[in-house]
Amino acid sequence: MALRVLAIESSCDESAVAVLDEERGLLSHALFSQIELHRAYGGVVPELASRDHLRRLLPLLRQALAEADTTPEQLSGVAHTAGPGLVGALLTGAALARGFAFSRGLPVIAVHHLEGHLLAPLLEDEPPPFPHLALLVSGGHTMLIRVAGLGEYELLGETRDDAAGEAFDKTAKLLGLPYPGGPELARLARDGRAGAFVFPRPMLDRPGLEFSFSGLKTAVSLAARAQPLDDRRRNDIARGVQDAIVDTLLRKTARAVEATGLVDVVVSGGVGANLALRTGLATLLRSRGGRVYHPRIEFCTDNAAMIAVAGLLRLKRGEGSFDLAITARAQWPLTDLNQDRHTA
Amino acid sequence: MKLLALDTASGLCSAALYVDGEVMLRETPTTREHARLVLPMVQSLLAEAQWSMVQLDAIAFGRGPGSFTGLRVAAGLTQGLAFGAGLPVLPVSDLRALAQQAAALAPVGTPLLACMDARMHELYWALYEAPLAGQWVSDTAEQLCTPVQLTQRLGVAAAGSAQWRGAGMGLAVWLASEAAPPLNPALLLPAAEPSAREIALLGAVDWSAGKAQPPEAAVPVYLRDDVARPSAQ
Repeated sequence: MALRVLAIESSCDESAVAVLDEERGLLSHALFSQIELHRAYGGVVPELASRDHLRRLLPLLRQALAEADTTPEQLSGVAHTAGPGLVGALLTGAALARGFAFSRGLPVIAVHHLEGHLLAPLLEDEPPPFPHLALLVSGGHTMLIRVAGLGEYELLGETRDDAAGEAFDKTAKLLGLPYPGGPELARLARDGRAGAFVFPRPMLDRPGLEFSFSGLKTAVSLAARAQPLDDRRRNDIARGVQDAIVDTLLRKTARAVEATGLVDVVVSGGVGANLALRTGLATLLRSRGGRVYHPRIEFCTDNAAMIAVAGLLRLKRGEGSFDLAITARAQWPLTDLNQDRHTA
Repeated sequence: MKLLALDTASGLCSAALYVDGEVMLRETPTTREHARLVLPMVQSLLAEAQWSMVQLDAIAFGRGPGSFTGLRVAAGLTQGLAFGAGLPVLPVSDLRALAQQAAALAPVGTPLLACMDARMHELYWALYEAPLAGQWVSDTAEQLCTPVQLTQRLGVAAAGSAQWRGAGMGLAVWLASEAAPPLNPALLLPAAEPSAREIALLGAVDWSAGKAQPPEAAVPVYLRDDVARPSAQ
């Protein structure tokens, strides 16, 4: 019988539940974003996020089961995001998942959030072949990874300070845009003039695949204060910021393509929704005989559908667990999954 | 009538099964391991009683106040267990559970203060009148305040404080504060922490009173809700 997995995501400020069937694909995905809750604070407040998850998740779980026309009897396992992320937020989803699974006698799969992002393109009609390169770019992460298969991840490079999404949000704040400003900054950039502002592209002057985006804040802060910010100047600065971030990501990706010989590239995570990045990657890879694979826009940001993909694949591999400890890890290196595989 | 009860609000992690007045208990002190320990306790109790989840009538849990993370572990787990087994839930106050622990000390009608250390120089507390058969009547709402404010809020009521009964680790904090009234140490349980035993007993009382609710009602009562300041933007 085809496996069917219920998945719960609560690692940051999205509460989400999805149902995925091995043969029929994604049956439902329900999501509540807490963006409005955190806006007044200029960023995610962990305690408020945890409190809200606990109110949202069970109604979302009921909704996801109903929309999937699925009863608990039809499930084969329960997946939940176990890290990395806000530990209090993760624990709400973990407690709900373990309790539900225990009552139903179902195995649990503790999913690595970033593995979810990496595997999200498998939800699409044309999934990427293995091995491939992955550019994982979100508010919390900026990584280039060689993906040989499930649980076979080689970290080629990552950010030394701010993540790409963080750089978008923080510079947007300097331009007076409300939290989370990244998407709004990208919108303003469309009307900005290329080259009006040229911001630094750190780490390009030396070899390697590491990133650094923290210097961008200082440069943008200086530019924003030099003269009064009218619409035109704001658009131009936004364009300069986006160009600096996207250009850096593209050039590092190009290096990784050259270093690995892999021309199929997955881009995932919230910044993966950025149109300039998507277009730039498509052009870059076409010229090298490869292509870019990305999840649909709604599955670039945090969601439970991607957690269900990772959960289903691991359940299929016999990694469902009846362990009763409710666990969550704030820190969890992606490459630990490789060890897990070898020690399992 | 059969209940499962959980409590992870404090320095105890506990689970209990209640059947017709009898309580089976698993309980251990822990500072950080509640999330790892509580579900194995549930499994062990069910195995000993040879029950399955669906044979239960409801799940009672300590809904706070207490450690924020602990409260969410109990509430989230209760939601999942209850939804999975098609059971209702019974949210039980951890202050009321503390008061219940001191019930043997308190003749009917005497005041009983349940008081937990809320950290940050504050206390969670409620004042009860000792009851018959678990029907605790609270003279005050559950509150969060400083020890000095507690003395002020009790005001005239504190005049006969030498007769008061009390339970909870907040008592020591209160008594060490300025102008705290004299209490009789023999009438206090200063080391008491809420346990699933009393959560079960009080859950049974609430069950009989028709207070069972759907699983979504398994949410904490934190009392401390002022946890973030809007940014000055």
